[in-house]
Amino acid sequence: MQQLELLITKFQQKDVKAFEELYNMYSKSMHGVIYNIVRDHDIAEELMQDVFIKAWNNAASYSAEKGRFFTWILNIARNAAIDKTRSKAFKNSKKNLGAEYFVDILAHGDSLDDQTDAIGIKKFVSQLAKKCIEVIELLYFKGYTQKEASETLDMPIGTIKTRNRNCINELRTIVLQ
Amino acid sequence: MDITAYIASGILELYVAGALSDQENREVYRLMQQHPEIQKEVEQIEAAIKKLTAAAAPNTTADLFEPIKTRVQNQSANRESIPKVISIVKPKYNWITYTGWAAAFIIGAGLLWTLNQTNNLKSNLTTAEIENAYLEEQIANAKTDLAASKNLLNILRDKDIISVPLGGQGEFANTYAKVYWNKKDNSIYLDAQGLPEAPAGKVYQVWSLKLNPLTPTSLGTIDNFNSDDNKIFAIANANESEAFGITLEPEGGSETPTMDQLYTLGVVVAAAP
Repeated sequence: MQQLELLITKFQQKDVKAFEELYNMYSKSMHGVIYNIVRDHDIAEELMQDVFIKAWNNAASYSAEKGRFFTWILNIARNAAIDKTRSKAFKNSKKNLGAEYFVDILAHGDSLDDQTDAIGIKKFVSQLAKKCIEVIELLYFKGYTQKEASETLDMPIGTIKTRNRNCINELRTIVLQ
Repeated sequence: MDITAYIASGILELYVAGALSDQENREVYRLMQQHPEIQKEVEQIEAAIKKLTAAAAPNTTADLFEPIKTRVQNQSANRESIPKVISIVKPKYNWITYTGWAAAFIIGAGLLWTLNQTNNLKSNLTTAEIENAYLEEQIANAKTDLAASKNLLNILRDKDIISVPLGGQGEFANTYAKVYWNKKDNSIYLDAQGLPEAPAGKVYQVWSLKLNPLTPTSLGTIDNFNSDDNKIFAIANANESEAFGITLEPEGGSETPTMDQLYTLGVVVAAAP
C-alpha cells in the first residue's frame, strides 16, 4: 500500500489528480455513511462534496500516525452528517430518524448498483444477526467510541470488541473473495 | 508479542472504525510498521468496511467530483489571483532623509560655533573696552598731572617767588626741603621731597621763624605727608618770616617746636626788592 501513501502525499501537496483518485476510492463509502445518517439524497450529495472539499482544505492536518486515511475522512463525513442532523432546518424537515439501520438501505436494494458486490452484500445483510447490525451501525456508520458503544448496547467493552471482530470476519468472507 | 492474539482481540477493527484513543492509534500504527501481518489485517478490515459503507450509498449517475474539482480549483485560483499588494508607502528612511538630517546637524553645529565665536568676541570687546576706559583714565590722570605740574612750574617760575632751601639739622643732616614763598599772595609752597616718611603717630609741623628774638609761629602740620605723591604742599603764610623750620611733632602738632626733632631749617635770604 505504498502506492496509497504516495497518493496521500501528493494530495497533501494539492495535487488535484491524486485528489480525484482518492475521491474515486472513498467517495462512495462516504456517500453511504452520510446518506445513512441524513436519509436525503440531495443533502447527502451536497454533504459528501463538502466533506471532500473539507478534506482538501485540511489535508495538511492528516498524519498516518493518527490513523488510516480512510478513517480520517470517515470521521469528517460522519461529523458533517451528524452536524447536519442537528441543524434546526434539518430537524424541522425530518422526523423520526435514528431508529433505522444501514441494513434498511441495503435491504431495499435500490443502491446496490455494484454488480460484483450486490449479491454478496444482500446475502450478508440477510444473514447478519441483529447483534452484528447494531455494533457495525454504531462503530462504523455513527462513529461511536468503544466506550460509547459499550454503554449504548449495555455490554462490556471486551464483548463489543470480540463481537465486532466476529461480525467483520463474516463480512470479510462475503465481500472479499 | 503474540501477533495472532493481538489481531484476534478485535482492536484492529476498532482502529479502522476510529473508535480508539489517540494513544491507542499510535500504538497500532507502530505495530503495523513492525508486523506486516497486522498491516495486512488492517487493510483487509478497511477494504471490507469500505465495501459495506459504499453499499449504503444511493445510486447516482451524476459526476459528483466535477463540482468539487471546480470549487477547489476556484479556491486556489482565487488565492493566486489575489493581487500582490505593493506598498505605496516609501521606505521610511531614504537618502534625502539622511542628507536632510546631516545638513540640519551641520547647520546646527555651525550656528553653535558662530554663537560661541560671537560670545568670545563680545567678551574680548568688553575686555578691550575696560582696558580702553582704564587707558583713558590714565591719560586723563596724566593730563591732570601735567596740568598740575605746569601749574607748579609756573608758580615756581614766578618772578615774585623767593626760594628758601632748608638744610638738614643735627642727626637729620641728610634731610632737606625747600620753601618757595610768594609774598604777594601770602602763600608758601613747601617741597618736602627730602624728608623721610613720618613715623606713626607723628606729623611734620612747619614753622615760620623770626630770628631776633627767635619766635616760632606754627604754619600748621602736614597731616597728609605720607600719602602725598609729589610732596609739595601749599601753605598760607602771612608772616614776615625770616626763616622756616620743620619739626616732627606728636599728631595734632605742638604749641612750640620740639627742638631736638628739628629736621630742617633755612633762613630767608632777603630778596631783591
